[in-house]
This record gives sequence, C-alpha cells and structure tokens, in this order.
Amino acid sequence: MIALAHRSHPLWLAYLVHRLSGLGLALFLPVHFYMLAMVLTDPEGFDSFGLWTQNPLVKMAEFGLVFLLAAHFFGGLRLLALEMLPWSGRQKTLAAATVAGAFLVAATFLLRAI
Amino acid sequence: MLDGPQTLSVSIWRGTGTTGAFQSFEVPRQGSQTVLDVVSWIQQNLDPTLTYRYACRVGMCGSCAMMVNGVPRWTCRTHVNKVDQGGALTIGPLRNLPVIKDLAADMDPFFEKWVKAEGLFHPARTRHEEVARVDPASEARRTADRAIECINCSVCYAACDTVAGNPDYLGPAALNRAWSVVNDERDAGRAEVLAAVSVSGGCHNCHSQGSCTRHCPNELSPLDSIAGLKRETARSFWRKGR
Amino acid sequence: MLDLRLYMLQRLSALVMAPLVLGHLALMVYAVQGGISAGEILARTQGSLGWALYYGLFLVAAAIHAAIGLRVILAETLALRSRAFLDLFTLAVGAVFLILGLRALHAVTLA
Repeated sequence: MIALAHRSHPLWLAYLVHRLSGLGLALFLPVHFYMLAMVLTDPEGFDSFGLWTQNPLVKMAEFGLVFLLAAHFFGGLRLLALEMLPWSGRQKTLAAATVAGAFLVAATFLLRAI
Repeated sequence: MLDGPQTLSVSIWRGTGTTGAFQSFEVPRQGSQTVLDVVSWIQQNLDPTLTYRYACRVGMCGSCAMMVNGVPRWTCRTHVNKVDQGGALTIGPLRNLPVIKDLAADMDPFFEKWVKAEGLFHPARTRHEEVARVDPASEARRTADRAIECINCSVCYAACDTVAGNPDYLGPAALNRAWSVVNDERDAGRAEVLAAVSVSGGCHNCHSQGSCTRHCPNELSPLDSIAGLKRETARSFWRKGR
Repeated sequence: MLDLRLYMLQRLSALVMAPLVLGHLALMVYAVQGGISAGEILARTQGSLGWALYYGLFLVAAAIHAAIGLRVILAETLALRSRAFLDLFTLAVGAVFLILGLRALHAVTLA
C-alpha cells in the first residue's frame, strides 16, 4: 500500500510490536489483578477458572499473553540499549533478536504447558 | 533503448490547502531521468500551472523534496528507474506539512520548530576575541560531524509518524540540529538547548521508529542524534533535577 | 505530551521491571504445570514478606509504566493536546491499576 510505504522497514515494525504488545498488556492488567483477588474472595470461582484453562482456546490466550510480555520485554531492552548506549548500526540485529527471543520464551512456555 | 515501458504514468497531487485530487499525466521515459525531471517536463510541456519547488538540482539546497510512491525523497537526486512501479509514479507534497499549492508544501512549521529546539548558534565570544580552535579529532567534534550535513529538506519530518500523531513534536531535523549544537564546543547555550528539547513536544516523545534515518537522503541519523539528546537530558536530570 | 520527567519515570519503571519480569516469566512457566489452583498460589505466597515486596515493587512500577504508556497511545491516536486532560487521565489510570493491584497483592500474600 503506497500510503504506508515509508514504514516498511524493521525498526518501524519493532515499534509496532512494542506498541501493540504494551497496549495488550495494559488492558490485561486489570483482569489479571481481578482474577488474583478471587483467590481470597472466591477461591471456588478461581479454581473453576483454573479448570477452565485446560480448554485449548484459553491455553492459546495464555500463550498469547506470555508472548506479549516477552515481546514487550525484549523490545523494551532494545529501546533502553538504543537510548542509553551510544551505538548505531546494530539496531536491526537487535530488533531481529527481540522477535527471536520472544518466540523462544513463548515456545518454551507452550511446550512445557501442553 | 530503455528497458521496460517507454512512457511513465504519473499521478500528481493538484490542489490548494486541504482540498485537491491526483491528476494523471503521460511522460516519455528518458535515460538517467530524475523525478524532478518528470515534474519539470509536465510543467514545461503539459501544464504550466503546476506548482512545485526546486533550486540547485544537485542535492544541496533541500528544496525539492516530495512524496514519491509513498516515500519522501529529494526528487533531484532520485532516478525514476530506482523508484517507479512498472512505469507508475505517484507524486505528492511532503507529508506532515500544510500544502500551499500542488507539490509545494508550507515549510513554516518545520523551520519554526527548528528555532524552538534552539537549533541555532549561541556565541560565546565577540569579534574582538580570537577565533575558537576546535580540534577536528576531538570526540565532541566528531559527534557533531555526524549530524552536521543536514540540508533542511524535511524528508525526515515527512517520514516521521510521531510528528503525524503529535503536532507539537519538534521532529527529527530540529532535534538533530540541536544535537550538533550541544556538541559544538564554541556554543554557550548548551543548557538552553537541553531545556528546549525537554519540553512536552521535545525529544522524549521519539519512539525510535527510525523512518527519519531510513529515508534521510544525506544518510544522517537523526535517530542517533535524538538518542544522544535523551542521554544528555537524562544526565542533566540526575545532576539538576530537571 | 511526554516531558523529561514522564520520560524518566517511564524508563526507570522499565528498568525496575526488567529483572522482575524475568522472575515472573520463570515462575509462570513453573507454576502452570499441572494446572493452577487457589490453594497452590496461597501456599506459595501467603504470609511471605519476600513475595509481598517482590510483587509490591512490580505492581507499583507496572501501574506507572502502563498509565504513561496509555497516555501516549491516547494522545497520539486521538491527536489530543490538552495537557490537563492527559495528566488527569494518567493519574486516574495509574490509581485504578494501583488499587486493583494492591487488592490482589493483599489477597495472595497478607490476608
């Protein structure tokens, strides 16, 4: 698409991944806190949710969350390195490593959980 | 004989201010033809009312930048055969700036931000004093060197999506200049520059998308310059609390 | 929209969270094996000052980081320029995250 042509490079994609994963995590945070509080307020409710996570769809959602966290974590390290360390030229390598690392962690999680 | 189609299908933005539409032209292809050659050919042979801006034609003055197939480019140094898509060219005015007419963007906001970022020299000596000597091999001078060859073409400003989302953001060119001023040993306004780039539209809004550096025709890296400003302002934050 | 102070808060909260995230990821991979239950969580964390401090620090940093992040996304997506509104939004979102987080922390460690 011509209107987006100036964005088609690795650093812009790394930015997009960072923004979307950050947004996803921020939206998930209140749900996560609410669920944890159920441990005290409604342990049976929490455990029924726990059983429910045997559901493959929910498993995929969990995998997605871990992926978001890993992607945002590695992307954030990339940004901190870029801003704090006076280097250049290696950004693409690090951007690629970000995605690779995210996949690695998420894949480990998925393999162990299945 | 040239490979590929012998005629270019060129879509050019026509209009004033916020209204307008693309108009199609057929332009004969030539060897070593630049995008600016195409625009000039249309203006000279098909429609003398086409408005665009250029001056030096050799990549020094920074006045001929336009959007070419969605990417901001210096049109005088951009060969058609490097950017055309099967003989098709879409040419528009620079993004992120108001349009005066057709391909001529209003550069005022761009230069106003340049001044806002204190991207100007703050002299420390008068003419009665000796000229300052700067060691060309010094760290500061070499850092300034990497940012110094900006021609004010606004390609980086047009490429930046942070500018698009935040109209107050000073943008890559102004911040890149501010960084070369910060590294100028003769400059007496270092603290003013660091304060000017730390306001709410300042360097800290940059998301390191890198489109500025990707598209800079002079191969400068505003991305690294802005990272440098972030480091220096963070350092002064710890020292002075702001 | 982001000045030096907000920028420093965002980066510092990120630096604080970096090691905490790694620990959290490792714990998640370990804890979800064989399913997860309220009793299992409580057995690990209840009455533990260490876990309370670990996740207390984590949730304060996360609340700050998420509030500033959402502020930027809101401002850039909707081209909002009102600083007063954005400041209010940031504080409100941060407060909601903090309250929900403290409630959860209380439930799994101190209650």
